[in-house]
Amino acid sequence: MSTSATDKLRTAAPAASAPPKGRLSRTRVRAAWLFLLPMLVVLLLVAGWPLLRTIWFSFTDASFSTLHEAHFIGLENYLSYDDGEWYGVLADPQWWGAVRNTLFFTLVSVSLELVLGMVFALVLNAQFPGRALVRAAVLIPWAIPTIVSAKMWSWMLHDQFGILNHLLISLGILDAPLAWTANSSLSLWAVVIVDVWKTTPFMALLILAALQMLPSDCYEAARVDGIHPVRVFFRVTLPLITPALLVAVTFRVLDALRVFDVIYVLTSNSADTMSMSVFARQQLVEFQEVGYGSAASTLLFLFIALLTLAWLYLGRKRLQGDL
Amino acid sequence: MKTKYLPLLGLVMLAPVAHSETLSISCGAVGAELQLCKEGVDAWAAKTGNTVKLVSTPNSSTERLSLYQQILSAGSTDLDVLQIDVIWPGMLASQLLDLTPYIKDQAEFFPSMISNDTINGKLVAMPWFTDAGLLFYRKDLLEKYKLPVPATWSELSQSAKVIQDGERQAGNSQMWGYVWQGRAYEGLTCDALEWVYSHNGGTLINAKGEVDVTNPGVITALNQAKSWVNTISPEGVLNYAEEEARGVFQTGNAAFMRNWPYAWSLAQASDSPIKDKVGVAPLPKGGEDGKHAATLGGWQLAVSKYSQHPQLAADLVSYLTSYEEQKRRAIKGTYNPTRPALYQDAEVTTAVPFFKDLYDVFVNGVPRPSSISGDKYGQVSNAFFNTVHEVLAGSQPADKATKDLQHKLKRLLR
Repeated sequence: MSTSATDKLRTAAPAASAPPKGRLSRTRVRAAWLFLLPMLVVLLLVAGWPLLRTIWFSFTDASFSTLHEAHFIGLENYLSYDDGEWYGVLADPQWWGAVRNTLFFTLVSVSLELVLGMVFALVLNAQFPGRALVRAAVLIPWAIPTIVSAKMWSWMLHDQFGILNHLLISLGILDAPLAWTANSSLSLWAVVIVDVWKTTPFMALLILAALQMLPSDCYEAARVDGIHPVRVFFRVTLPLITPALLVAVTFRVLDALRVFDVIYVLTSNSADTMSMSVFARQQLVEFQEVGYGSAASTLLFLFIALLTLAWLYLGRKRLQGDL
Repeated sequence: MKTKYLPLLGLVMLAPVAHSETLSISCGAVGAELQLCKEGVDAWAAKTGNTVKLVSTPNSSTERLSLYQQILSAGSTDLDVLQIDVIWPGMLASQLLDLTPYIKDQAEFFPSMISNDTINGKLVAMPWFTDAGLLFYRKDLLEKYKLPVPATWSELSQSAKVIQDGERQAGNSQMWGYVWQGRAYEGLTCDALEWVYSHNGGTLINAKGEVDVTNPGVITALNQAKSWVNTISPEGVLNYAEEEARGVFQTGNAAFMRNWPYAWSLAQASDSPIKDKVGVAPLPKGGEDGKHAATLGGWQLAVSKYSQHPQLAADLVSYLTSYEEQKRRAIKGTYNPTRPALYQDAEVTTAVPFFKDLYDVFVNGVPRPSSISGDKYGQVSNAFFNTVHEVLAGSQPADKATKDLQHKLKRLLR
């Protein structure tokens, strides 16, 4: 699938860029390439080949049973005009619904994770007894496989015997149980809640690592000057950990854009929560439309690739501006 | 390999006739299915001296099909015997073994089911058990409120409301009137087809092969179903499959339930809170001039074309669909036999009294438009259940949604 391919491409990028010339002698450059060669070959095989194949299929009318007799049909899977009507993924309202859901999911869940992760990290960075234990405990949601945690949550969110409704009712917050995964205005939020629960620890961990690298002299100076801790946070801590935050957010955004399992387990194929990956899977696997599904996968890949490039470009620019 | 071992290799290759082999079968796990399947398979294994591995598959038939398609299109030898849905033989035929030479007693099955499983003259699967949607009701509650078994959907709505209100006042705040399958999956296609057909709205595609989903029967049916959500049915029903609905009914928190026959033996189990309180009837009619409708379901056993032991696999299929095995499954798990003779068998009719009463419902089930839409059926059904789901959830009015659906299905089947 193209999504896993993007992962590999990301890691491939630094490897592919040529080492600076002049500083290394020719033989050393050659040796470097020699050492890199096996990895490049493996990458081409496991990431490049499936990606190219997916892109190729997106230009054909392939279906599962006729994979080997597929015909080239140009851009028809993407967009075509026939008999006064538009066809193709780009004319498919369900695809655009999936794009909207994915963007909403990404924006809301990553923002929530960023804020909550920051709070957790600040708490964990403080000195208190049993800190190591709490740190380990916080990581548990992240350690549970998504499928398992999503299934667990789907029972907890059940409208009739779910514990969440039970708790909210006994606390007097709700009068009647909510159908978290069935109500079309709640289901996407339910997905966001489960994702935030699962990935906030990851965010917290990255931020905590950044916090622990901070120089202590700034803080001592601030304390001597009697500056309010909130001000210290916004003026000292935040700017210093921004690079780490950018990395964390990049990771999470890329992950969130190709979200699949949590949505599939919680709400299956419902159009209310369908993400781009769920859409592509449905076309590819359920409908056997390899061509059409590949077109959707390719669009998802392009989308993520372009966003990554834009994000890296902007991030670099901002960092340079800051420095 | 050294050449001196070659004769030895030849011996090994000839040997399997005497060897015990390992087969794998995938059977469902809805209700008591897995347990019954295991018992049947073990009996065959003990009889023939082979071993059989049970491969677990997803409960949702939509997901199970995806899995099969992946396994089969990869030409995998991992699965020998597959349990397949009544609507799949057409879709999977090219990957399945022709069972004609192996099955001797074809004539003892319902002819309609054998013909459903015969694609281009090849018997690609054997009917294992048949299914039809049924109305389960609480006998004790109908008695308590002096209500008859509902004959029309409006009667059902009213009775459900009366019981729900009464029971809630009596202290059960969790009580609901009617539970069914409302998740966006194949099961919703079955439920919705029953509503539509009972309102004389047809079966989505008419006899001439034209898409017909905008007639008044369809609109009335969908609007009526929508009126249940949040009144007599919990909102969560929009994410219920079979087992979720049964969960609510079997804990005693619903007056009526739409489900398949398997739910009966589980409701009658010794640890069931509603034991001896459950009645079974045909699903209601659309109105005075409507008709009773039950979507035809059922599962078949097929042998993968890529199986390394086709003969043994076919023998296992033959054993599992035999008279004795189907009888055991009927008595123990209320799985409807696919052999008419079993509906006359005294032991079966004593164990499951409604088999005899509802015989007509089972034989006259409404088929889904699977053969007419061929390999596009998956998409037709998907478009249909998604539209129905949108209407039920209130995100689209029925008349607009069905117009869009008409357009979509026409495009699909052009």
